[in-house]
Amino acid sequence: MNAPVAITPALVAEHGLKPDEYERILKLIGREPTITELGIFSAMWNEHCSYKSSKRWLRTLPTKGARVIYGPGENAGAVDIGDGQAVIFKMESHNHPSYIEPYQGAATGVGGILRDVFTMGARPIAAMNALFFGTPEHPKTRHLVSGVVGGVGGYGNSFGVPTVAGSVLFDKRYNGNILVNAFAAGIADKNAIFTSQAEGVGRPVVYLGSKTGRDGIHGATMASAAFGGADAEEKRPTVQVGDPFSEKLLLEACLELMASGAVIAIQDMGAAGLTSSAVEMGAKGDLGILLELDKVPTRETGMTAYEMMLSESQERMLMVLDPAREKDAEAIFRKWGLDFSVIGRTTDDLRFRLVHNGVEVANLPIKELGDQAPEYDRPRTEPVAPAPLDRTSVPEPADYGAALVSLIGSPNMSSRRYVWEQYDHLVQGNTIQRPGGDAAVVRLPGTSKALAFTTDVTPRYCAADPFEGGKQAIAEAWRNLTAVGALPLAVTDNLNFGNPERPEVMGQFAAAIQGIGEACRVLDFPVVSGNVSLYNETDGASIPPTPTIGGVGLLQDASAMATIAFKAEGEAILVIGKAGVHLGRSAYLAELLGRDEGAPPPVDLRAEKANGDFVRSLIAAKRITACHDVSDGGIAIALAEMALSGNIGVAINLALSADRLAWLFGEDQARYVVTAPQESVAAITGDAAASGIPVSVIGRTGGAELTCTGTFAVPLAKLRSAHENWFPDYMARPA
Amino acid sequence: MKSAVVVFPGSNRDGDMIAALELISGQRPISIWHAETSLPKLDLIVLPGGFSYGDYLRTGAIAARSPVMRAVADAAAAGVPVLGVCNGFQILCEAGLLPGILMRNARLSFICRDVNLRVETADSAFTRAYRKGEVFATPMAHGEGNYRVDDETLKRLKGEDRVAFRYVDEQGRTTDAANANGSIDSIAGVLSKKRNVLGLMPHPENAVEPAQGGIGGRKLFEGILGKVLA
Repeated sequence: MNAPVAITPALVAEHGLKPDEYERILKLIGREPTITELGIFSAMWNEHCSYKSSKRWLRTLPTKGARVIYGPGENAGAVDIGDGQAVIFKMESHNHPSYIEPYQGAATGVGGILRDVFTMGARPIAAMNALFFGTPEHPKTRHLVSGVVGGVGGYGNSFGVPTVAGSVLFDKRYNGNILVNAFAAGIADKNAIFTSQAEGVGRPVVYLGSKTGRDGIHGATMASAAFGGADAEEKRPTVQVGDPFSEKLLLEACLELMASGAVIAIQDMGAAGLTSSAVEMGAKGDLGILLELDKVPTRETGMTAYEMMLSESQERMLMVLDPAREKDAEAIFRKWGLDFSVIGRTTDDLRFRLVHNGVEVANLPIKELGDQAPEYDRPRTEPVAPAPLDRTSVPEPADYGAALVSLIGSPNMSSRRYVWEQYDHLVQGNTIQRPGGDAAVVRLPGTSKALAFTTDVTPRYCAADPFEGGKQAIAEAWRNLTAVGALPLAVTDNLNFGNPERPEVMGQFAAAIQGIGEACRVLDFPVVSGNVSLYNETDGASIPPTPTIGGVGLLQDASAMATIAFKAEGEAILVIGKAGVHLGRSAYLAELLGRDEGAPPPVDLRAEKANGDFVRSLIAAKRITACHDVSDGGIAIALAEMALSGNIGVAINLALSADRLAWLFGEDQARYVVTAPQESVAAITGDAAASGIPVSVIGRTGGAELTCTGTFAVPLAKLRSAHENWFPDYMARPA
Repeated sequence: MKSAVVVFPGSNRDGDMIAALELISGQRPISIWHAETSLPKLDLIVLPGGFSYGDYLRTGAIAARSPVMRAVADAAAAGVPVLGVCNGFQILCEAGLLPGILMRNARLSFICRDVNLRVETADSAFTRAYRKGEVFATPMAHGEGNYRVDDETLKRLKGEDRVAFRYVDEQGRTTDAANANGSIDSIAGVLSKKRNVLGLMPHPENAVEPAQGGIGGRKLFEGILGKVLA
């Protein structure tokens, strides 16, 4: 059964390797690879693991900062939050598996990102997810929503991490290629962060966790290919199955083992399983690795070396242990009922060697497997700047109130309560701001501090102008953290794009990265981890550029946290930032008129920073009573959400003389709506004026309606039912 | 006084429970691993929430047969207060320490939200700090909390004043909408015949500090911890 397999051009192509990439392999090792070696190269050199198309651009991102402990390159980014603690976080996509098998695809996406975090020694304290589906009318959408939401909840709820925030977007351009982006964050002792860098020759390489099966073989290769029409069904066997119970045991066992001092290096087996974890540990530590595959715990008999090396069975870890502590380590794993097997050792020959049934089935240069992966500067075409919106082509609605009700009850603006109530967002007992606000907030027990979390991106902006869209995704994440009172610390970026071999897609990618980089630099908001997902296209149609941003912020004093809810009747409502004039690419145009036109709102990063820093100082000093950032749907939607959240009405008593449609629904950036007691208004507007911050008093809270003098009056009850009912009604509608 | 939280593989609200007990009593409870076969002398035993054994057979079914559960049953028989929350309630039912079972929620999906509970009896160590009829808010977070018992048992539970809590609306009325998981007769929690074992689905341990969004669950702990202190 282990007769040598002939390496034909067809076999090479099936492994996703291009002819010139195969030539590179031949040159590197000076002979034809074995089938196992071919599989290893295929796993290490696919787009998902090697970042061969994106690396050149990723290098341009700002990744350093005074608080950054580990930037990109580790399992997750690590940021200093004071008191000897670090927050460790990352976001990663699980797009193709979730389209093929939504429940397990999403569940294992959550499992994978949690492992990335606890592999570094952090106990996960928060999870988020950003989900992008096709139109609600598309025949697959409801099934996909139901499966993905079920899978995210099924895994996180059982594991015991609160899923505190996220987003759900519907757009026809995701009809054939949904996106599932999962985020996790954990807390570690700053001096006890673990990495994958092995140290010392002759040390045991230990396999921990669940057994290896034949599931997920070539998952990473699949994630690096575009879909053709009928493929999705055939690819089902490459999707892994998640077991959150095993993962919970693995978490507890790993943290206990790390605390014991026995762990030298640790790496989870994610994409490309045993292959990439072992290679990474050796290559980072300037060491070779020898694995005896007969010792790998397997779920089935007769597994080949090839299958073991490429399996993506979940809930597995690889560690290099202190030999003196091997027995203690084994006892800890036995206590938790997990497999523990010494499967190899570190060597001084810088080779990656595999022995199976007494035969050496692979012998490759370990550093070159990663370092010598191809890198491309793919051709790209510059995105074409969109024509500005012809403002005269957008008439005022006949009934502003009806327009507001339709907008807040539209698929993309309606409440996501249906989704987040299926996620346990309270486990661990530290969630102090629940889903539904600008950012979720989780307190840190034993301190006065809390962390804020948000995910953001506006794909309709990115599609029109990837550079401004990239800037805006960062700016909105920064603003959402600011709006709860947090100091934005750092981001993780999950870059979902189409096929990089298309110059227009590569052009979008490069422009979005440049926009992200510029915004991160001005806002002092470095990128500390991330993931690139390319080839998101089906039958030649690419998704819109979707650089999802996961932002993390720090509140020094959790008691000063702000929320969006109006707190009392008769308070003043202020807008920080300029009056809205920009309707291009707005939710109003897209959701109500079905028009995807114009340029997205430009982001003035200096104004963003100045306005945000001012708002944060107001929150920290407890001078304002509610705060909401202005984004999709403009001031009108922001006010409606604040009113619904606090169940207190609002009266805008400003004479809207100029362009009242744009004033209400424009999505101009760098803006916040805040409330304050009437007696504080003069001081706040005075301070704003002194700092050159635009501010206007637009009305007062009170009553049970949202009214705007001379324009509309809508009962809150009507807004609430439109807002709350769309999602459950949609999911309950007969097929 | 000495309290303990039993930890099963897959428990995940053990930390929440330990924090709540410590906050109210000022003393940290001990953790007991499920493989233990005997217990120290205790004044309160808590089975916390979570997904013991992944909930892979029936919720609580495997944990109910853990070695420690024999000792828990003996302690309960000897009158030691035993509290089971969420998965802990499911385990107590599977272990036969409380009647009934918890089925999939009526609308099938997992539900995490605040619910209002009405205190149906103040006659137990767990509920004595509440007033009978008092309504308080506390979160629920489960997929299988739909309480079911046969008619005869239901009659007995009511006759013996053993229904501890019901799901109600803000005004304290039982309604279909308020009964989010579809439990029989809106039952959220029940007491054992000797009234020293309480199981409930919602999480009072997540409602003990204002920062958590409310302190509705506080009196449950004040009652039971005050009782054992006295």
